[in-house]
Amino acid sequence: MGQSQLIISHSPHIKGKDSIESIMYGVVIAMLPALLASAWFYGIGALKVVIFSVIFCVIFEYLIQKFLLNIESTVKDGSAIVTGILLGFNLPSSLPIWMVGVGALVAIGIAKLSFGGLGKNPFNPALVGRVFLLVSFPVEMTSWPRPLDTRTMLSIPDALTGATPLGLIKEGVAKGEPIAEIMKHAPSHLDALFGAIGGSVGEVSALALIVGGLYLLYKKIITWHIPISFLGTVALFSGVFWLIQPEKYVDPLYHLLTGGILLGAFFMATDMVTSPMSKLGMIFFGTGAGLITILIRLFGAYPEGVSFAILIMNALVPLINIAFKPKRFGEVKNG
Amino acid sequence: MSILKTFKLGGIHPKEGKLSANSPIKNFPLPKTVYIPVSQHIGAPATVLVAKGENVKTGQLIAKGEGFISANIHSSITGKIAKIDEIVDSSGYPKKVIVIDRADEEIWCDNISDSDPNTTKEFSPEEVKQKMREAGIVGLGGATFPSHVKMSVPEGKTAEYLIINGVECEPYLTSDHRLMLEKGDEILKGISIMMKTLNTKKALIGIENNKKDAIEHLQKLSKNYSGVEVVPLKVQYPQGGEKQLIDALIKREVPSGKLPIEVGCVVQNVGTAFAVYEALYKNKPLIERVVTVTGDSVKEPSNFLVRIGTPIESLIEAVGGLPETVAKVINGGPMMGKALSNLSAPVTKGTSGILLIDKKEASRKTSKNCIRCARCTMVCPMGLAPYLLENLANRKLFESSEKEGIMDCIECGSCSYTCPANRPLLDIIRVGKGEVNTLRRKRVQK
Amino acid sequence: MDTIIVASLVSLGGIGFFAAVLLFGAAKKFKVEEDPKIDEVNEILPSANCGGCGYAGCRNFAEGIVKNRSLDGFFCPVGGNELMKQIAEIMGLTAQEKEPMVAVVRCSGSFKNSPAKNQFDGVSSCKSAHMLYAGPGGCPNGCLGLGDCVTSCPFDAIKISSETGLPIVDEEKCTACNNCVVACPRSIIELRNKGKKNKRVFVSCINKEKGAVAKKNCSAACIGCGKCVKECPFDAIVLENNLAYIDFEKCKLCKKCVPVCPTGAILAINFPEPKKIESTDKKEKIELNKKDSLNTPNSTQKNMNNNENKTKASDSENNSDKKELVVEEK
Repeated sequence: MGQSQLIISHSPHIKGKDSIESIMYGVVIAMLPALLASAWFYGIGALKVVIFSVIFCVIFEYLIQKFLLNIESTVKDGSAIVTGILLGFNLPSSLPIWMVGVGALVAIGIAKLSFGGLGKNPFNPALVGRVFLLVSFPVEMTSWPRPLDTRTMLSIPDALTGATPLGLIKEGVAKGEPIAEIMKHAPSHLDALFGAIGGSVGEVSALALIVGGLYLLYKKIITWHIPISFLGTVALFSGVFWLIQPEKYVDPLYHLLTGGILLGAFFMATDMVTSPMSKLGMIFFGTGAGLITILIRLFGAYPEGVSFAILIMNALVPLINIAFKPKRFGEVKNG
Repeated sequence: MSILKTFKLGGIHPKEGKLSANSPIKNFPLPKTVYIPVSQHIGAPATVLVAKGENVKTGQLIAKGEGFISANIHSSITGKIAKIDEIVDSSGYPKKVIVIDRADEEIWCDNISDSDPNTTKEFSPEEVKQKMREAGIVGLGGATFPSHVKMSVPEGKTAEYLIINGVECEPYLTSDHRLMLEKGDEILKGISIMMKTLNTKKALIGIENNKKDAIEHLQKLSKNYSGVEVVPLKVQYPQGGEKQLIDALIKREVPSGKLPIEVGCVVQNVGTAFAVYEALYKNKPLIERVVTVTGDSVKEPSNFLVRIGTPIESLIEAVGGLPETVAKVINGGPMMGKALSNLSAPVTKGTSGILLIDKKEASRKTSKNCIRCARCTMVCPMGLAPYLLENLANRKLFESSEKEGIMDCIECGSCSYTCPANRPLLDIIRVGKGEVNTLRRKRVQK
Repeated sequence: MDTIIVASLVSLGGIGFFAAVLLFGAAKKFKVEEDPKIDEVNEILPSANCGGCGYAGCRNFAEGIVKNRSLDGFFCPVGGNELMKQIAEIMGLTAQEKEPMVAVVRCSGSFKNSPAKNQFDGVSSCKSAHMLYAGPGGCPNGCLGLGDCVTSCPFDAIKISSETGLPIVDEEKCTACNNCVVACPRSIIELRNKGKKNKRVFVSCINKEKGAVAKKNCSAACIGCGKCVKECPFDAIVLENNLAYIDFEKCKLCKKCVPVCPTGAILAINFPEPKKIESTDKKEKIELNKKDSLNTPNSTQKNMNNNENKTKASDSENNSDKKELVVEEK
């Protein structure tokens, strides 16, 4: 005897290593390559936007939870940091810092905490923040600085000043110029792969994003379903248009390498809270997001549609969860 | 080497912790007093046949299982019945037990032969079922379902396969592993008896690949037995679940709410096969079993051959007593075992191991909001959506949770194990299952 | 031009007329005759939808009354006799008076009386813990203290005391809706009559184990000794399966059973205590009384002594403990 009270609990008595913290900090690590690439190409401005975005998100989350909601703060779980980085990644590196603060407030205050905090929000907070900024400050949100001249190993055409490759194409197509003509003064595929292009902080370097995405897959933080179906759909759908009218539509590889598709497919569509719960549902989700993205890119008013596509699919998630339930073992049909 | 077979849906791979895998089975010294519960099986308790003060021999029938899914209970030592009373069992609830004080000399019941006659005997199916029933054999994997019931194939069904469960997917436990290594021949004899009884041509022994020595050993021995095949399986929890094992071995899905015989299978544990051998060849009833006593801070993790009714306390003492750091004692494995509230409870037919868990692993972490990561649905071997079942049970929507298949849950605990938000999914699903059962009972009454 | 106007007038008018006929027919055919009295009765019901009457909700209850044209078996515990009288007026019937009831927690296994042997680590649900083990104190019938009754109460009338770990019923708020009785997996809570001036005498234990076993886990357990049965002048106490039960319909609140109980399992609550100053705050009073009644017969000192000289001592000890009360009786 003399033994202190034995603990009694239901099985299981052991616990896996995964925790919210390990997932969130895993995502943070996966985003570092893209952040470094951005800092390389855009200099200190890119870093500043992301760092301030993270600081704002964390502070807002802490303050709102502590003083407005009077609940225990969940800042430590790292989800606010992830939201902060993602928001920063979706902004141009020249955005004034106060606007970053507004975006962070909308992302954390409105999109996340007003729904009940982590796990309860229907929409990806960072994207809500970004879209809010996009519709509130369209000029600031669409003026992109050009990469630092000293950092570009590859030649940048002089024409490239303050526009994303997708913006250039949209503009050119609107003027009726053929693609081959536009591509002459747009960045090459290789530029897009490394990141010597205009765009939001996080989306420029396709290579860095792919590295981060592979890290997430390797760490089993995300599954392949959403990114592959998203990217696959984009390639397939834009490929069909390209094959039909190559003079009017740009090739699918260019679609994949430019804009926010890689960032969206690996980091934003895979946000656990706002994506479906079954594998089939995830594939449907990715496919839908890919379709909407290309529709917006080719036929919409905006040159880029990833944010909107993901937000629209976010709204459909509850329905997807009902429609695509996992297949049950030994399910009796017609029962 | 080809890709190892496993079941198709879900599954996890917890830390194996098979500390006692290399420790041979030791005979546990006979305890001074045994406490034999009259209910060591699911189904109605057995009827007591002895009275206080009576002398009993080892192996003597002391309580008769009269219900359809009840099993006989035998005295595990020679001695005098001290009392027949209620004592607190491992969960703290009172249970009826027969208490026997040991006599100095052990006398076995007359017809039990302790030596193996080593001749091939022929038994009629009826005889086998009768003997299994008499010997009080129950499923030794933990569910303690009387084994003879499984051996009676209902009309219109045939048992194509006899599936022998040597998976031992629970971390830490090694009792089946050691049994396969040390009693391989006996197990195979038990298997061939059961094959004849079921009129089955094929027996598959499923063993996880972390027990390579047992696989090799049985593969070598099984050459002498026709139709017996040893199948190595990928290490994946909960492969020892009946339905998962059938799926892993022969790719058949047992329909929801149905028994394995629906897809032409009878599943028995290796321990049961050994007990069948003992009952048929030696006339020996089920009065002892192999129990693993283990844990990270246990000095000498061991496997013991223990008489039923031995207090669990004495098993812990035999491995060096309860270490200071231990905060939780578990009857069974860490995934599905039950936490003990009281260490004086006896070893029963369903006790496969005693696991001591250290303080740092014993407490649960605080649960947080579900982050909808879908890991629970990915690991559920039954293809359920645990997050949804938890949610429905919390909102007391038991009818909907029944529709979502809550009753298919095998309580393997993979969902709770894997949840990064530390949600006690299985706890709440269990409450839900209880409520759905009450609903169903009410429906039947109407 | 004209033809278009005519054509559209005719076609639209036609469609309108057709729809009107359809609606008229449907309204006639599917009209549900509903007694206006249902609404009348429903109006005065408390709309708590607690289910205490045995019906799914208040409207369901009203429908039942109007359909049956009788008040037999209908009683709204929330509204009580007064409400039933009003309903009877609407219906033109007479209501039977029913004695008001209140939920009573029949367990004294407080932290002191039944010290914890185990530490529960899991969901705060009695149902879940009940499935797992006997409870921290080891009593298989004792209160688990995880608050299933608290969450089931639609009137916020029940709380778990942090001092004793037992539920406390706020008698002012309790409407005897029966929800907590159903919610408790161990059937510890019982509805008993409110009694004169809320006075009640009851056995605060439901353990049917043998005395020695029950006593081991809880110093305030009913050990089935039968002393109270012998003492009761009104034959109101029955002893069955080692457990005494006081029939509240027969009990005359004489309190004679209280001092004879060797473990203090019988509680008498809301009796005025001569020494104490009456508190004006009702809620406080109830809590005070409850605490007192829990502690007087089986106080802490006894519990501590108990550990030293187990069972035998308890008789003599309790007598000394009870002296106060006995004197009061004389």
